Amino acid sequence: MIRDITLGQYYPADSILHKLDPRVKLVTTLVFIVALFVNNSWVGCVVSTVFLAAVIRLSKVPFKFMVRGLKTIIMILMITVVFNLFLTPGDRVLVSFWKLQITDKGLRTAAFMAIRLIYLIVGSSVMTLTTTPNDLTDAMERLLGPLKKLHVPVHEVSMMMSIALRFIPILLEETDKIMKAQIARGADFESGNLIQKAKSLVPLLVPLFISAFRRANDLAMAMEARCYRGGSGRTKMKPLTYVRRDYIAYAVVAAYLAATIAVRVVL
Amino acid sequence: MSIKLEHVNYVYSPETAYEIHALKDVNLEIGSGEFIGLIGHTGSGKSTLVQHLNGLMKATSGHVYFHGEDIYAEGYNMRNLRSKVGLVFQYPEHQLFEVDVLSDVCFGPKNQGLSKEEAEARAKEALRMVGLSEEFYKKSPFELSGGQKRRAAIAGVLAMDPEVLILDEPTAGLDPKGRDEILDQISALHKEKKITIVLVSHSMEDVAKYVERIIVMNQGEVMFNDTPREVFRHYKELEAVGLAAPQVTYIMHALKEKGFPVDEDATTIEEARDTILNALKAGGRR
Repeated sequence: MIRDITLGQYYPADSILHKLDPRVKLVTTLVFIVALFVNNSWVGCVVSTVFLAAVIRLSKVPFKFMVRGLKTIIMILMITVVFNLFLTPGDRVLVSFWKLQITDKGLRTAAFMAIRLIYLIVGSSVMTLTTTPNDLTDAMERLLGPLKKLHVPVHEVSMMMSIALRFIPILLEETDKIMKAQIARGADFESGNLIQKAKSLVPLLVPLFISAFRRANDLAMAMEARCYRGGSGRTKMKPLTYVRRDYIAYAVVAAYLAATIAVRVVL
Repeated sequence: MSIKLEHVNYVYSPETAYEIHALKDVNLEIGSGEFIGLIGHTGSGKSTLVQHLNGLMKATSGHVYFHGEDIYAEGYNMRNLRSKVGLVFQYPEHQLFEVDVLSDVCFGPKNQGLSKEEAEARAKEALRMVGLSEEFYKKSPFELSGGQKRRAAIAGVLAMDPEVLILDEPTAGLDPKGRDEILDQISALHKEKKITIVLVSHSMEDVAKYVERIIVMNQGEVMFNDTPREVFRHYKELEAVGLAAPQVTYIMHALKEKGFPVDEDATTIEEARDTILNALKAGGRR
């Protein structure tokens, strides 16, 4: 029923991208996004396209999973494109009607904006499809490690994130179950006006909150029973370590960033 | 014939890495007034199957008929079906939400469009059937014990006055006393109201004593569909798929092997007692 919501949808496969250290993937994604916005030429777009295509190919994840994420931003994408297209002033007017006009500059900005947004979503989808949410928070904890010196509770924040991520599918499943149970008792979640609809959610939300609190309570108890007391002095069962392929990946990413900057400076 | 399934298949997340073929060509008939046990290992598809019986899940292919009508036909009244085929989910106490037990049980009948008085009358009758007396009416459902909560939740479905009542593992997580009480009440319900009951369980022990017919599911397929006596004859095959026959069956077979003239098809403790006593008497005479 509501199973289709994807969030951190990990796609299990045996590829080099899956095996990479999550830190590499996180940094690569950030670099990729920065590069997208650094770039302002068609040559740069080709570089990004080649890079993205190569990464998608390496990931061994079916392409349709990559574009699935685009569905959620289709509205934002349309609005951005339309606004940029009609409201950018430029030197040469291509089409004009009523108060709107399409200029050469507007066309270009709109196209770049669309490419950036699409690549951004597809790029981060590649990361979330090849990395489990837990690996990701691990990577974040390690990368933000230096902030501990500034008394930022890095470990606690990342622990909260991994617990939150862990609970999303559980709560979704629970919602599905309670919804079905109430539908079986004749509940109607679809028809009626806004107030009736909001009212009809009570039989869903009350049990859901109760179960969330119960689970949180149980988890806190289980963690305490295993002597969890925060990040200080805590070691990992599988600490993240870089191996050769990670260094190679870093080198490739650095080359990509350098190429993008070079294209921008030269052209 | 109240419910009929024809070539029902169900696939979870089709065409993805997580694809699971949960039901494979299931053909079943459930007659009016039957008391059926639906048995299967975890993940055998039994919970998926029961959700097809009241239209909560739609089969990937195949047909489900209720009183001869195809429930997937256009314009079929699903809400009506759901009030005729009551489904009690696993851990039904997790669905309780009202301020007191009585109004929670009234939720179903009210959704059926009954007036407050009618709904309360139905709710009180349902609570009586599950053995919750008047003192519980105004209690918060969250003050009750585990077994009481479960009974209140079962009453919530019963109050809709269904023709068929399906219970998905109604005894999971209860102590032996709570388990026996619930099962005895369900059995009494069957006798008193003549409603069709489908009892889902992974424990043969639970159902052997009560049901008239056992349907065994294994990996999405119907493996056996017969009387308990016949099904337990295949106890070796049941073991192979991770299920076991009641302990009585094992004792009877062991006694038979030792040369006692007992009836190895005894499925309940009472039957076993009688046949052992008979065997002993016969032995004493010898």
